[in-house]
Amino acid sequence: MAGDTLTSSGYIKHHLTNLTFGQHPDGSWGIAHSAAEAKEMGFWAIHVDTMFWSIGLGILFLYFFSKAAKQATAGVPNGLQNFVEWLVDFVDDSVRGSFSGRNALVAPLALTIFVWIFLQNLMDLVPVDVIPELAKLLGIHYMKVVPSTDPNATFGMAIGVFILVLFYSIKIKGVGGFAGELTLQPFSSNNTLVNILFIPVNFVLEFVSLIAKPISLALRLFGNMYAGEMIFILIAIMYNAGLILGLFGGVLQLGWAIFHILIITLQAFIFMTLTIVYLDMAHHEH
Amino acid sequence: MNINLTLIGQLLAFAVFVWFTMKFVWTPIMAALETRKKEIADGLAAAERGQHEQELAKERAKDVLHEAKAQAAEIVAQAQKRAAEIIDESKDTARVEGERIVTAAHAEIEQEANRAREQLREKIGLLAVTGAEKILRKEIGADAHQDIVATLAKEI
Repeated sequence: MAGDTLTSSGYIKHHLTNLTFGQHPDGSWGIAHSAAEAKEMGFWAIHVDTMFWSIGLGILFLYFFSKAAKQATAGVPNGLQNFVEWLVDFVDDSVRGSFSGRNALVAPLALTIFVWIFLQNLMDLVPVDVIPELAKLLGIHYMKVVPSTDPNATFGMAIGVFILVLFYSIKIKGVGGFAGELTLQPFSSNNTLVNILFIPVNFVLEFVSLIAKPISLALRLFGNMYAGEMIFILIAIMYNAGLILGLFGGVLQLGWAIFHILIITLQAFIFMTLTIVYLDMAHHEH
Repeated sequence: MNINLTLIGQLLAFAVFVWFTMKFVWTPIMAALETRKKEIADGLAAAERGQHEQELAKERAKDVLHEAKAQAAEIVAQAQKRAAEIIDESKDTARVEGERIVTAAHAEIEQEANRAREQLREKIGLLAVTGAEKILRKEIGADAHQDIVATLAKEI
């Protein structure tokens, strides 16, 4: 447990606070020492733990995959190459299944999203106290190890995808085509005057559905992982409540972790598939 | 839980990772996969071709074997025919030879008999003459009646 004097709500709050680096209200730069201090830093602050773990995991992913890619031959593949090829093939199949246009970016994008998000989610399976307690020994007081429970991380990726969607929508359909897609449907008429009247209605509907794409992408992943993390934390609280509840908590944690293996894979897969689908929609004229 | 600069940081990291994946992971692996796919397809095609060729060769071998068998049978038949012919020929030759030998023998026997008869005739004539000489010695000389002896000998 995090400390002797800590209450349950304090424990939860502690676990849900990022290690934030930013400018204190008094003008000095440094690490925030409490959730309130982190909040006061406003936008110009950075979650060091989220950045560290997500970039670390990304580099891990790229290290192993580029190593396999460097050794990749047409001959008999070895263990690592086999695994990487299996994943690449799986992603390639998904892209071929859902994406009908021709774009060399989509498949590598999908692979990056799938593996990176999977690795970020995988951090959820590390028992909630292990890494924060180790960090405490090193003098770091806040450590949130699952980057995908930080909305910044999920929105970062979702906005990246959204920028690509906008870019390809305009590139393929042109500014006029894209604008037309936003304003001339779903309602349309043969009468020009009626069409003009429909424009604001259509725009509101289409704009909402456009904006909903990145938001739903980010919030779905964040929500699932945040809720999963929260349940792990709640289970961890049971360890403080006596031997019987503690044992029960152990069983619960094991069960939830096994179930969570499904969720983390599924969420990574959903994020990847929806990215492919959104980009496919961006490549298609309606 | 606050939205802050981390968002931008994640966005940039994401972009860099995607770029890196595209350049150093996806492209070489896909190239290797494509090459392997092609090699496997080539190998399978070659195997199929080989099998086809083997089948053709089998067919050809069967034909050749068949032909050889037919040829062998023909040769055997010819040889048998020739053997029969040779036997027949030798039979004929043997018969002719035998006949010839028999004829020659007959002729020789005849000759021999004739000669013997001649000798016998001569001897009898001589004997008769000798007898007559002995008889006649008392009366006449042999030299005086030689022509009569010769005439007698011819008549026997």
